[in-house]
Amino acid sequence: MERKSTSPAGRGSGQPLRERDGAVVALAGNPNVGKSTLFNALTGMRQHTGNWTGKTVSAAYGNCEYKGENYTVVDLPGTYSLSAHSPEEEAAREYILSGKTDVVVAVCDATSLERNLILVLQVKRLCPRVIVCLTLMDEARRKGIRINLPLLSDLLGVPAVGVIGRKKKTLIPLLEAIRECTGRRETAAYDPGKEIETEKDVIAQAALAHKIASAAAERTRADRSGAECGADRVLTGKQLGYPLMAVLLMFILWLTVKGANYPSRLLSTALFALGDRLSSVLLSLGISRWLHDALILGVYRMMAWVVSVMLPPMAIFFPLFTLLEDVGYLPRIAFNLDKPFERCRACGKQALTMAMGFGCNAAGVVGCRIIDSPRERLLAIMTNSFVPCNGRFPILISMLTLFFVSGSPLVTAAMLTGLIVLGVGASLLATRLLSGTLLKGEPSFYTLELPPYRPPQIGQILVRSMLDRTLFVLGRAAAVAAPAGLVIWGMANIRLDNGTLLQSLSSFLEPAGRFLEMDGVILLSFILGWPANETVIPIMLMIYLSQNSLSNAFSPQQIREILVMNGWTGATGWSVLLFTMMHWPCSTTVLTTYRETKSVKWTAVSVLLPTLFGIAVCASLHFVSFLASG
Amino acid sequence: MENWITLDLVPFGNKAQVRSIRAEGAMRRRLMDLGFTPGAETTPILSAAAGDPRAYSIRGTVIALRNATAKEITVFPAWEGT
Repeated sequence: MERKSTSPAGRGSGQPLRERDGAVVALAGNPNVGKSTLFNALTGMRQHTGNWTGKTVSAAYGNCEYKGENYTVVDLPGTYSLSAHSPEEEAAREYILSGKTDVVVAVCDATSLERNLILVLQVKRLCPRVIVCLTLMDEARRKGIRINLPLLSDLLGVPAVGVIGRKKKTLIPLLEAIRECTGRRETAAYDPGKEIETEKDVIAQAALAHKIASAAAERTRADRSGAECGADRVLTGKQLGYPLMAVLLMFILWLTVKGANYPSRLLSTALFALGDRLSSVLLSLGISRWLHDALILGVYRMMAWVVSVMLPPMAIFFPLFTLLEDVGYLPRIAFNLDKPFERCRACGKQALTMAMGFGCNAAGVVGCRIIDSPRERLLAIMTNSFVPCNGRFPILISMLTLFFVSGSPLVTAAMLTGLIVLGVGASLLATRLLSGTLLKGEPSFYTLELPPYRPPQIGQILVRSMLDRTLFVLGRAAAVAAPAGLVIWGMANIRLDNGTLLQSLSSFLEPAGRFLEMDGVILLSFILGWPANETVIPIMLMIYLSQNSLSNAFSPQQIREILVMNGWTGATGWSVLLFTMMHWPCSTTVLTTYRETKSVKWTAVSVLLPTLFGIAVCASLHFVSFLASG
Repeated sequence: MENWITLDLVPFGNKAQVRSIRAEGAMRRRLMDLGFTPGAETTPILSAAAGDPRAYSIRGTVIALRNATAKEITVFPAWEGT
């Protein structure tokens, strides 16, 4: 069995699906039954999956070859029904009715067959060629559920197979069924029930699903194992629910910070050394001095900095997060935190998009697709930048270690966690503000499925996630850091009357900076750090030292000396800390926000909201500091 | 014979049988799609720290609903002693 893969169209880009030659096989099913795992196994394509309901909100396609036949496999969005009451349902229904599908594989979770069968019955109404595919058969066996596949097939009148989605060897029965189904030429005309199901229909389908499931699925034990019930009671319980989440957050932050420290320094040293080599090569080629400087000192150094700072933490944070997702813990977080978000007229899923935002604000914005209600989705997107992403951690950590805490990584992690909780609080405040003004509305009705805990596919996650993130960081370095590096280098080397352009700009911004208990240099560095927050501190140091290119050669003590020499006080440190938490989102996030909202207005709001908060807080700090100094 | 209550009032671990859904529109359809149809058996099994939302077992799955939503589902008590 060979698998060919193509890159997915329509990952939210709105492009139409393009089918290749061969029969078209559509995968339909409830959210979170393992449909995407099955899709990956059939097509060998990397597509993000997770044990989280509603994650795959856009369809994807791939190619599969079996016994010489070519098949196009389409992964339809996971839906609870096909009655076109939501964009996902509409998309799935339309695709099945479009005539492009040759066979629909209705994917069911073997551990919860009954509810899954409702969708199967709806699929049958729309398409004559259906194969029922039960996945997670090993989980079912573990839970003492015995499925009688031949009986199921009889009762439904269509082929029924059982597989283990993530184990390719078990897919043969499915492939055989597909081959057999598409091989037949359907002679009888089929009139699909084009009218959308009425309520009576759904009730009848539910009753029939109950009858069939009772007959074909035998439960020898209770629904949920004692261990699962116990785990859930602890994880969502009054005493331990919140503390456990805080501890988990701290643990992940600590791992990310500690784990990334050494690799970042290594990468930085290696890449800058590579830069020196490149430099001598270019010079020996006789390239002109200014071009060499622009390329090496400007473009290359910026890229090297961005990659060495961002790659290690992302390579740790995202796999950890995806692991939590795969295990099934994330919906429990959304469950625990729903109430505070509901008080702000948002919903618990926003907690998850915020958590994604810790890794990368742009990823958090994309993640807001899991929120169904458009109003609540906007709320989540607008407030996502209130939580600091991996790119801002270096600033926060340097400020903490330089001015407030002495070096112990555990204490740093604790303070970082505290700052993040502050950020979450600010996010909730901003959410409440927005929902009382620009995004008024009642809390949408909210349902959340808590899927059973599943063993995570650790190996696959590590590989897939690290690859994904590495590509993202490298792509961002090329697309964003390179031009920014060039521009900033230019500004550092263009000489005007009283210094370089950078120096003139910082003097110009001095009054504004002072107003925010910072100075012109810091403010300018934040502005120039718009492409990538991790460059704020190096740019700042470069200006302070009147250098004309980035350097990576500073120890913490050296940095502290430079800052103090330039008039920094404790209050300055606080202000930088707070402004880092609340200022305009980075360029990647702004672009992503525009892509997701397709609205200039809302993109502008997403930029202004945290900025205004930051200005208000820092100006207040300045005022307080001014009063305190008499 | 009308001894029904709303789902949000069913005590933990106690079975109930769905009688009807009072809500209209999208909420109604979504609840039915999830399996909350007349006659279905459901049991509250989890509650968040604030007592809201609660999670219910239904047709072999676990679905969390806010109390305001659960209030819209009327059920017949079906636990021991009723």
